[in-house]
Amino acid sequence: MDLALTAWQLSPELVLLVAGLVIMLVDALRPRESDSGWAPYAALAGLAAALVASVSLLGREPDVVLGVLAVDGLSLVAKMLALVAVAIVVLFSGPFMKERASRRGEFYSLLLFATLAISILTGASDIVLVFLGLDFLSIASYVLTGYVRESKRSSEAAIKYFLYGATLSAVMLYGLSLLYGLTGSTSLDGVAAGLAGGSVGNGMILAVLVLVMAGLGFKIAAVPFHQWAPDAYEGASTPVTAFLSLGPKVAGFSVLARFLYFAFPGEVQTNWVALLFALSAVTMTVGNLTAIWQRNIKRLLAYSSIAQAGYLMIGVASLSTGGLVPLLFYLGAYLFANLGAFAVVVAMSRGQSGEDIGDYAGLAQRSPGLALAMLLFLLSLAGIPPLAGFVGKVGLFLSAVDRGLIGLVVIAVVNSVISLYYYLQVVRQMYLLDPQRDEDVAVARPVRATVLVSVVGVVLLGIVPMLLLPLIEQAAGAIIPGS
Amino acid sequence: MELPLLSIIVFSPAVGALIIMALPKHRHNDIKLVAAIASAISCLGSIYAFFTYDTAAGGIQFEEQFAWIPAIGTSYHVGVDGISLPLVLLTGVIIFAGVLVSWVREQRPREFFALLLLLVTGVFGTFVALDLFLLFVFYELAVLPMYLLIGIWGTTRKEYAAMKLTLYLLIGSSIALAGVIVAYVDAGLGTFDLLKLAEAGFEPGLQTLLFLPIFVGFDVLGGLWPFHTWSPDGHVAAPTAVSMLHAGVLMKMGAYSALRVGVLLLPDAAQVWLPWIVILTVINVVYGATVAFAQRDFKYVIGYSSVSHMGYVTMGVATICALGSSPEGAQLGLSGAVMQMFSHGVMTGIFFAVVGLIYRRTHTRQLPELGGLARKLPLVAAAFIIAGLSSMGMPGLSGFVAEFQVLMGTYKAFPLVAILSLIGVVVTAAYILRFTYMVFFGPLKEEFRGLPPISAAEKFALAFMCIFIVGFGIAPGYILQIIHTGVSEFLAAIQ
Amino acid sequence: MDFPILSAITFVPLVGALIILVFKKGQEELIGRLSIAFAVVPVLLAILLWVNYDQDLGGIQFQEDYEWIPVLNSRYTMGIDGLSLPMVMLTSVLSLLAGLYSNFTIKERVKEYFISLLLLEMGMMGVFLSLDFVLFYVFWEIGLVPMLLLIALWGGPRREYAAIKFFLFTLAGSVLMLLAIIAVYLKTDTFNIIEAAAAQPWADNIGAASLAFFGFFIAFAIKLPSFPIHTWLPDAHTEAPVCGSVLLAGVLLKLGAYGLVRMPLSMFPQVFGRFVVDIPILPILAVISIVYGAMVCMAQWDLKRLIAYSSVSHMGYVLLGLCAGAAGIYLGGDYLESANLGLNGAAMQMFTHGVTTGGLFFLVGMIYDRAHTRELRDFGGLGVQIPYYYGMMLVTCLASLGLPGLIGFWSELFVFRGAFGTIPLYAIIGGLGIVFTAGYILWKIVQHMFLGQPKERWASLPDMTSWEKATLWPLVVTMVIFGIYPMPILAPINGFMHSLVENLAQILH
Repeated sequence: MDLALTAWQLSPELVLLVAGLVIMLVDALRPRESDSGWAPYAALAGLAAALVASVSLLGREPDVVLGVLAVDGLSLVAKMLALVAVAIVVLFSGPFMKERASRRGEFYSLLLFATLAISILTGASDIVLVFLGLDFLSIASYVLTGYVRESKRSSEAAIKYFLYGATLSAVMLYGLSLLYGLTGSTSLDGVAAGLAGGSVGNGMILAVLVLVMAGLGFKIAAVPFHQWAPDAYEGASTPVTAFLSLGPKVAGFSVLARFLYFAFPGEVQTNWVALLFALSAVTMTVGNLTAIWQRNIKRLLAYSSIAQAGYLMIGVASLSTGGLVPLLFYLGAYLFANLGAFAVVVAMSRGQSGEDIGDYAGLAQRSPGLALAMLLFLLSLAGIPPLAGFVGKVGLFLSAVDRGLIGLVVIAVVNSVISLYYYLQVVRQMYLLDPQRDEDVAVARPVRATVLVSVVGVVLLGIVPMLLLPLIEQAAGAIIPGS
Repeated sequence: MELPLLSIIVFSPAVGALIIMALPKHRHNDIKLVAAIASAISCLGSIYAFFTYDTAAGGIQFEEQFAWIPAIGTSYHVGVDGISLPLVLLTGVIIFAGVLVSWVREQRPREFFALLLLLVTGVFGTFVALDLFLLFVFYELAVLPMYLLIGIWGTTRKEYAAMKLTLYLLIGSSIALAGVIVAYVDAGLGTFDLLKLAEAGFEPGLQTLLFLPIFVGFDVLGGLWPFHTWSPDGHVAAPTAVSMLHAGVLMKMGAYSALRVGVLLLPDAAQVWLPWIVILTVINVVYGATVAFAQRDFKYVIGYSSVSHMGYVTMGVATICALGSSPEGAQLGLSGAVMQMFSHGVMTGIFFAVVGLIYRRTHTRQLPELGGLARKLPLVAAAFIIAGLSSMGMPGLSGFVAEFQVLMGTYKAFPLVAILSLIGVVVTAAYILRFTYMVFFGPLKEEFRGLPPISAAEKFALAFMCIFIVGFGIAPGYILQIIHTGVSEFLAAIQ
Repeated sequence: MDFPILSAITFVPLVGALIILVFKKGQEELIGRLSIAFAVVPVLLAILLWVNYDQDLGGIQFQEDYEWIPVLNSRYTMGIDGLSLPMVMLTSVLSLLAGLYSNFTIKERVKEYFISLLLLEMGMMGVFLSLDFVLFYVFWEIGLVPMLLLIALWGGPRREYAAIKFFLFTLAGSVLMLLAIIAVYLKTDTFNIIEAAAAQPWADNIGAASLAFFGFFIAFAIKLPSFPIHTWLPDAHTEAPVCGSVLLAGVLLKLGAYGLVRMPLSMFPQVFGRFVVDIPILPILAVISIVYGAMVCMAQWDLKRLIAYSSVSHMGYVLLGLCAGAAGIYLGGDYLESANLGLNGAAMQMFTHGVTTGGLFFLVGMIYDRAHTRELRDFGGLGVQIPYYYGMMLVTCLASLGLPGLIGFWSELFVFRGAFGTIPLYAIIGGLGIVFTAGYILWKIVQHMFLGQPKERWASLPDMTSWEKATLWPLVVTMVIFGIYPMPILAPINGFMHSLVENLAQILH
């Protein structure tokens, strides 16, 4: 085994591991009173290094490291998305966390560990590694959710998250072990080979799929495994919420795509495509419909995220007709839009609670730039051109129709309109109503930078998506032909 | 390199909007000036394009094409032909007049003019787009500014009207989008280019399935009964310039897209479905006119008159059903539809401008409370009467040219429909006369004695629009040539 | 002659209207004089036409034909023949007299008034001279708006109501006509009125022909007006200003009659004939108009309204004459001569009624100006106090009544001669109308106004002024001279009708 090559291939993970450990140790060793202001920067450095490492791995032949971790276009692109996402979270979480927690080193190392888990998951090609990665991610997420110990809400949210997660993980483990029992292998290819003979009945496969979906669905917050999300999103501190809305999704979808496509190819495909059709439709609809009643912006964004997971599942359902590219693109669009939205929420919540929609009243007059940014993020989430979300949705619809899932597209279209209704409620507050307070919203510089970057992302990817698409196409095409 | 005239026309307002957003919010005059200049550029550009179009050569002119998202197969492909050119001209005229009419707006003018200009970029873009993806981008680009414009600066039940309008339009266009995507995939060409997709041809079964989503999806914006209910409330709630754009141009966007996408791509299905749809258009015409007659609020009168007159447009489109038996009938009917889009656009622009002018001064929109205003605002009355006569189909004005052709074509294709639609003409005359009488004639109320006179900007806006109604009414030769060229090519393409 | 005289007659008033447009307030006198000048020109041109029209040759003369709207296949075609010649003369003279009268009576918004008057003249002329359907329709519509304005702005107390009613009724009719025009075009492929008539569309399909026929018929019947769609007329006439009524009754109603000859009769003779002979709807309408109109006149106490209803009655004669003509053509053979007579009568009545009723409305205006009342009960013994007026009024009334020696006699004579020869039953019933007419004219008007005891109130009522006399004399002269010697009018009409009857008979038999 070529150690150097393996190390290189594993470099992103290694970097993240080292960075996380270093931050944790340094923070533990330093005196209690000292300022932890260096931690975010250290985290950013680590993330940047990991990003560089990932980029360096692009363009190479797909390979499976140690037989369990794939290093291919999918894993690299997803990894990069996750890294960028977490970097952005780190960026705008700085001032926020400064106010609320004295010792913050742990926070950042936890984030890095979570990112590590995500990174592993993007390439996991063995069911054991999948499970390990998912659990690792879950644990890190639970802690992050409850991080601000003084807040009762955070703790409650964390407990709820943990209970749900543990249960669904167990269910998934059961499913995975069944799979091992049926096929005698833990690698995805091995599973595929094991199922190929047709020796396993359809009903059994479906059952296994459902069980596994429990765990994956939990991660991506798909219906009916989504119950934890609104409470967790609302209870956790906003930067963590932002992370939760992005990180697990990237991980979950990578696993989902890889898992389904490679472990269950061939005729078995019709099974999981149908399953995903159903899940996607239900997720979108429930997510959107419930969002209509929300007054708390974080809960609203939570349900919106649930619905967005539904749209993303369309991409998974149409993997065989090139769904991977729009899936990754849409993840990118969603990344910028969601993170941007949460950045705005962070900016608004300096000092006061500011989480009710009513607090956004008249924002267009108090802080036009912030309102405009929020408007663009919400519109991108709704899929209105010329923003990134629109391009992503059209791409998803194209591959879905190609796969013959016209009904799903119709449902998605109707859902987009429904979603616009509640996004417009926020817009309405910002633009149509008059402000309750008069003062301008003071926005810290890192937050401002985040918002700006997100706006640029959402707009640029909408007008010139070719900035990103060729990369994704090339990467995806290497693993799933016809992407 | 040739001047990218169409791109200038389309994007000049957007550039104007960006500049305006950068200005400090209290510099009202600068804001309005930028808006005026941006819209003037587009207006002049569209007039220039209109008069330099080579009718002998015909076809698509001023074409521009750049690669955009090859991954999906969409390019930035724009151009105009005989059908879209009058609509581009219409948009230019209305936006310029609209900016002038809004000159006195004092509430948050910066956002107002920026949104107005952004809206118009979307409209221009839709008319010149030759790529379906691009068309959708521009189409939906126009929707959100509408929401904000009505929701912030509107009047009666503005939030309800704004939300209703936005959701309706989005549902309609989303369904059309779904249909288009299915067509795209079925064609298998991997391109959204309209012309290429039109050549591809689709099998009749698929066409029949897709026609309703696409045609009706778009024509929701065209006010097709019974999907028109967003329109009267939207019209009434919107501020003046927005109503002008809304009824004058936006609704045409819907009908145009229904024609350009629905009929061009799915001609066989069009022959199947349009005979049913034409029944709806008769209801549009007659019902719209009748309800207009019954209104107390004069803005609602005009709102419903738009619903009524747009019926003629779709009616004219439906005459392509006569293509087999009488190509001449289809030619006339479709030409009439395009002419009606232009004529009604300007006409309703005048109507709403008049309504806005009056409301700004009298602060009431109830017909029984008005009266005798011809004495105080004679030019306004004259402009209204000109537009009103045009809407009745009085010869010498552009409305006659439009309705006559639609009538001729419709008679060929659906004689009964033609007869029924005439009821609409008489009822139209009735409500126009009622409006004129109750607003402009009769005794002048005490409280109106001191009304401010018409301003220079308002005067110019009204006169500018009237020139087109009268000019193309007396001398329709040039515009008819353009339209007929476009229509013949269109009909040839769908056979 | 190469000079486009017909276009000149039609558009000179337009030129006048445009010139007046630039005048400002305060130059009313000048405007008035200018209008008269522009109204004189058509009269002169009409006289020129009359003199130069070749009676022996007959047919369409002075034709002008230019390209107009190629995409619609519509041409700018004008021409004049024996039917339109008297009408053109009538229009130009009445317009001139109206202009003259208005000079002295209209004081408010003079500019707009004369512009409307001139535009109205243009519209009316254009209708009589157009030989292209689209052109015809355009002029027809153009004439509506000035009339609307005349009634609505310078009319009586209920003017807006009357104006709108007038407009809507007529518009409904013209819309039907438009549809019929389109149908004919699509069938015959031409918009030329003469060609379309020659083509005899749907000659073999009586059902379709009937539909088109009624499309035209209803439109023109509204204008005529014929019972039962005459209800716009009394209000419009009563509320309109004097000159508005003069032109409305004098010319506009004739547009309806003219249209009836040009289109339903010429294009669908067998349908017309069928509905006169086989299913006698039309003659019934005609006699109802005549008799009912006259009876209602008997009950009127408002002089202007009375005269208005008399128009309904008198235009009924026109319709009766047309029915007689259609019947005769339909039956053929011996009946043709009666047909010719009946049609002659109808056309003559068009001219006659224009002259007499025009005069009557002028006279009403004059008395109202002085007495400020139109109630017949208020009057009495005026014959003594204003003898000149009485004389004029008497002559005009008697001409309207149809007294031999005055112009009205000939038209009624021909109508009834023709009707007796073809549809005798209706002639008899119509004859009743004459009795009633005599009744209301002699009893209601003459007796109540002029005979009996003079009233204190009217002791110092001034008699006619010089310009009033100037207005009325041309009409009275016409009534007398053509009453004694009708040939100048009759000749062109007869020439036209004779060839029409011959042609149609040939087609039908």
